[in-house]
Amino acid sequence: MEAGWWGVLIAVLGGAIRIGTPFLFVSLGECLTEKSGRINLGLEGTLVMGAMTGYAVSLHSGSPWLGVLCAGLAGMALGALHSWLCSFQRVNDIAVGIAMMLFGTGLAFFLGKPYIQPSAPRLPSIDLGAWSDVPQLKAALQINALFLIGIVVAIVLGWMLTNTAWGLKVRVAGESADAARALGLPVDRIRIMSTAQGGFLAGIGGSYLSLYYPFNWSEGLSSGQGLMAVALVIFARWQPMACLWVSLLWGGAAALGPSLQSVGITGGYYIFNAIPYIMTLAVMIITCSPRRTLVGAPHELTVTR
Amino acid sequence: MNDGAPPDLQALGITKRFGPLTALKDVDFRLQSGQFHALLGENGAGKSTLVKCIMGYYHPDEGNILLDQQPVTIRNPRDAQTFGIGMVYQQFTLIPNMTVLENLAISKAKLNLIINWQEEESQLTQFMEKMPFKVPLSARVGSLAAGEKQKVEILKQLALQNRILILDEPTSVLTPQEAKEVLGHLRAMTLARQLSILIITHKLREVAAFADEVTVLRKGQFVGSGLASELKISQIAEMMVGSEVTAKPKQRTVLSKKVPKLVLQDIRVKDDIGVEVVRGLHLTIHEGEIVGVAGVSGNGQRELVEVLAGQRQAVAGTIRVQDQPFQPTREKIMRHKMFCLPEEPLQNTCVGRMTVSENLAFRNFDVVPHAIGGWLISRSALRRSAFGLIERYNIKPPHPDIPIQSLSGGNVQRAVLARELSAEVEILIIANPCFGLDFLAMEEIRLQIVAARNRGTAVLLVSEDLDEILELSDRTVVMFNGRLVYETTSPGADLAIIGRHMTGHAT
Repeated sequence: MEAGWWGVLIAVLGGAIRIGTPFLFVSLGECLTEKSGRINLGLEGTLVMGAMTGYAVSLHSGSPWLGVLCAGLAGMALGALHSWLCSFQRVNDIAVGIAMMLFGTGLAFFLGKPYIQPSAPRLPSIDLGAWSDVPQLKAALQINALFLIGIVVAIVLGWMLTNTAWGLKVRVAGESADAARALGLPVDRIRIMSTAQGGFLAGIGGSYLSLYYPFNWSEGLSSGQGLMAVALVIFARWQPMACLWVSLLWGGAAALGPSLQSVGITGGYYIFNAIPYIMTLAVMIITCSPRRTLVGAPHELTVTR
Repeated sequence: MNDGAPPDLQALGITKRFGPLTALKDVDFRLQSGQFHALLGENGAGKSTLVKCIMGYYHPDEGNILLDQQPVTIRNPRDAQTFGIGMVYQQFTLIPNMTVLENLAISKAKLNLIINWQEEESQLTQFMEKMPFKVPLSARVGSLAAGEKQKVEILKQLALQNRILILDEPTSVLTPQEAKEVLGHLRAMTLARQLSILIITHKLREVAAFADEVTVLRKGQFVGSGLASELKISQIAEMMVGSEVTAKPKQRTVLSKKVPKLVLQDIRVKDDIGVEVVRGLHLTIHEGEIVGVAGVSGNGQRELVEVLAGQRQAVAGTIRVQDQPFQPTREKIMRHKMFCLPEEPLQNTCVGRMTVSENLAFRNFDVVPHAIGGWLISRSALRRSAFGLIERYNIKPPHPDIPIQSLSGGNVQRAVLARELSAEVEILIIANPCFGLDFLAMEEIRLQIVAARNRGTAVLLVSEDLDEILELSDRTVVMFNGRLVYETTSPGADLAIIGRHMTGHAT
């Protein structure tokens, strides 16, 4: 029995990486966007659109990596559209975000109909567990390169936000549009760039879903991960490195149900599957109090003003 | 900082129109090299417009700006900066979530693609060694006191190598000591001919103490100028308001009995980020008494007022109003007869897009005669009451049907005061009632407050303006770090002692 529990733990850790990777990309994208002072709820649509694009390009070209790149570009286009719409006066980023979410998912379903059946080439995984004889550990250490890339992106993004002129400008735009304008910074352009780059990351997150895990293209693929990213970013206090840990946490939570099932515990399977959503709800309830504002939140975000 | 004296700045025949309104008419002004020059005038006199013309925010319709006798064109604030002119605003333009170092670095015209923070830090440390005041570079700006923030604003301008500094009411948020320190250092720099200073201020005491020369504007026109050492404060005040007399002493009736109206015991309040900012406050206010709460903003005053206005819950402590426990429900507030004029009333207690008459009726729209049978609102009754209040409180323009946000600041203030005083009032809570008002509006509001006191109302006056507190209140208390640390009767109060308590430096 003891080995069984170890198995669960290993499976949860492996699942944390496997399921957490798309969370990582989406939350990094959202983090960057929010640092510049806007919220992009449309990332849910971006994720689905990225998944569809990645799958379709991979199928047609035979190269899953080209699929990943195109998914990023599709996400970038959606992000640019969102931020361009938001740069008009009196346009609310939340409302545009909801519209973009519906637009992105709708467009992906429309264009993605022919890709539900055929099987596209899959992203390869790196076998870090080759040294081990334990099959569970071997499975858990099958890691996709995108996860490693995600770690690098998190580190680089965190470094850039504090140590480069570009990062400082993004933060000023997110903290105070007035101060940014007084410094002669083009606030709208900075936000458009940040949201587009955020969309790029989210699009890559989407391609991971369709090209690696769960590795198919269907309409229920993202199941709200793009929206949960908003809560993740709040929980991560707008720090890219914290986004990494939080994504792993959420991924682990999502892996709990399947892992328990693998050792024969099937009771409450659906409850376990709901854990990420429950955690999201809990984060929103705990952090959103009428009497307090959030520490570390960029000042320009409409939800904190 | 480069050597050589700062340039001589002249504005000749400046006229600026906004549509039909002439904000500035043929104004001449000169800031000589190394001068400490005060620009005075009431609100709306055109001081800000003149300064914004110099800074390039506005482009004058007529007239020229000259630097060292050469005409220059200043298209925007960036241009002004290349000419070595910088401005420090009344509101801070710093970013609270960033450190002092980051704030100073971001204002540089050219940032390296990759920032070498060590080098930035050592450069700024070197620069700061030559400056008269120091600020910790690694501190988060949000955690600094107002005086420190103001210093950072000034350092930011100096780090940009600006030689002419324009300061817009730089001391309005500082304690007397902080103001004296900051202005003293700037004064020393002008005497060393490192800087020229143009300061907009309402505080004539500062003018007398620090300025070389004074220029007064009124209604967009030049009224006069002269050496500060040769002008008396009363003369300057007369120039500012025209023939009007300056502050009248207000009639006070003395009440013999001392009935406690509002009793606060061990009040504790947390702010928006969960920090306890009111930390065990005790205060009793009696009938017919104004108690002034002095203090630098950010010491818990805002949160205290919000609790008394029913906008925030105290964590602990008891509030007794006329010997009943305080409950901020609509029904209880009416029974307590405790009303409130908070700071920034347009945001805090008005609905900007609703009309003046609707806003005036917020306290009593649901009672007869405004509500027939307690539920059907009679618009004609609302308007009738509104007309009455508009006339009594001199609210302009006298139209009850326009949105209240179209009124000027002073008139919003009058309207809210009218609403809060319209019924019988036992207790009145007031915060910064005269912030941003011109002299006459200020006088009227203050007269109304004292009149309410003379009718027996207990008044709690929270203000950042020490002069206002000393003028109006019977007792002055000083709030520091969430507690009341000092109390004195207002007549005969010692400004220096109060100031020391405001900064927590009293022993």
